[in-house]
Amino acid sequence: MKDILKKVTESQVWKSVFRHGYADETKNRMLQIRSNVFLHLHPFKMPRHAFKIRFTWCMGGVTFFLFLIEVITGLLLMFYYRPVTEYAYLDMKFLEFDVPFGIILRNIHRWGAHAMVATVMVHMLRVFLTGSYKPPREFNWVVGVILLVLTLLLSFTGYLLPWDQLAFWAITVGSNMARATPILGHEGPFAIVDKYNDVRFALLGGTDVGASALLRFYVLHIMLLPLVAIILMAVHFWRIRKDGGISRPL
Amino acid sequence: MNETKCCCDDGSAKGISRRQLLSLAGWGAFFTTLGVSLLGTVRFLFPRVLFEPPLTFKIGLPEDFKSDEKADGHNVLFVSEKWKDSQRVWIVREKDKIYAMFTRCTHLGCTPNWFPEDGIFKCPCHGSQYYSNGVNFAGPAPRPLDRFAVTISDDGQILVDKSKLYSIKEFDDPNSYIKV
Repeated sequence: MKDILKKVTESQVWKSVFRHGYADETKNRMLQIRSNVFLHLHPFKMPRHAFKIRFTWCMGGVTFFLFLIEVITGLLLMFYYRPVTEYAYLDMKFLEFDVPFGIILRNIHRWGAHAMVATVMVHMLRVFLTGSYKPPREFNWVVGVILLVLTLLLSFTGYLLPWDQLAFWAITVGSNMARATPILGHEGPFAIVDKYNDVRFALLGGTDVGASALLRFYVLHIMLLPLVAIILMAVHFWRIRKDGGISRPL
Repeated sequence: MNETKCCCDDGSAKGISRRQLLSLAGWGAFFTTLGVSLLGTVRFLFPRVLFEPPLTFKIGLPEDFKSDEKADGHNVLFVSEKWKDSQRVWIVREKDKIYAMFTRCTHLGCTPNWFPEDGIFKCPCHGSQYYSNGVNFAGPAPRPLDRFAVTISDDGQILVDKSKLYSIKEFDDPNSYIKV
């Protein structure tokens, strides 16, 4: 058994993937982080205060974890969901009542989304209370605010996809608010547009919540918003390190 | 060595330290969860219900396939194209039998065309040609057109079962045609 283990860990294939072993020395530990595409956004060394959970609450980390769960479960749900009015509701019901493990995947996706909105807000509260938004971290605060908006938009667009009564009326109400947008909403102050070319029309792809709205929200939900969120998350994590590491208790 | 000593220096028993036990439990739980999730995910990809069209359909009573036409050189009275678009099936009436032919060229799977005036099938893809009874005589087709299983159902109608396919060697099988 030990011979096999030794043979595997000393083979060229193994060594080409795992280059730096487990040697517990400062230099080797740095190399482990630096040469890993996923970890290299991190600092080589974590300061002891970064693990003080009563200070950090780990809410950013939990939010990222929930985002990964949303990506994985969402991707699996896409195998059964068609964003057209004839099938959307039926596919949702099919997932829930017949596809093996469909009900648990859909509910993990749903509750994960609810939880993500909560953790993002608690993360923001912690950053505010600890004053971590102050220079030199003010840029990262702005990135974080955009990520909060993206999280809310992801929730909003996902809301329509079951295509049931709740979804339809929630998006009807939600998109009606866009009517009142100043200048660009047709019922807003200083409107320069009518109902066929205002922001609500751009969001719904029509004047009503219909087939094109469903398709638009789907594309935003599964492609555009996650893509932007991933890019901004990379910036967000990178800036933590560049702005002097995770903030510490004074 | 003192054999009565049952504890290691770090205070654990039988050589497994508390740290090792917790590590084992932690990683064990992690990989168990991961493994079960993976199995569930694989199962998720195989639904219990399929939304595919049924493989059997009825084409009417054997009496509906009577004809006064004269048989051609291959004993065929007529070829019906009624179910070609919807089911990919030609119904062929020979002098003493009826069978359901799959409209799939035996070369590479295109759909041949039926030319009633010549009494032959021609495949548009690579030029394979078949007589009215489905026997190939030109082009790259390696064997005659395949046939589906046909039976008489309870109401006396002919039932075509597309889940069972017969090729040349099995054309004697009584399920591959209806005797009239």
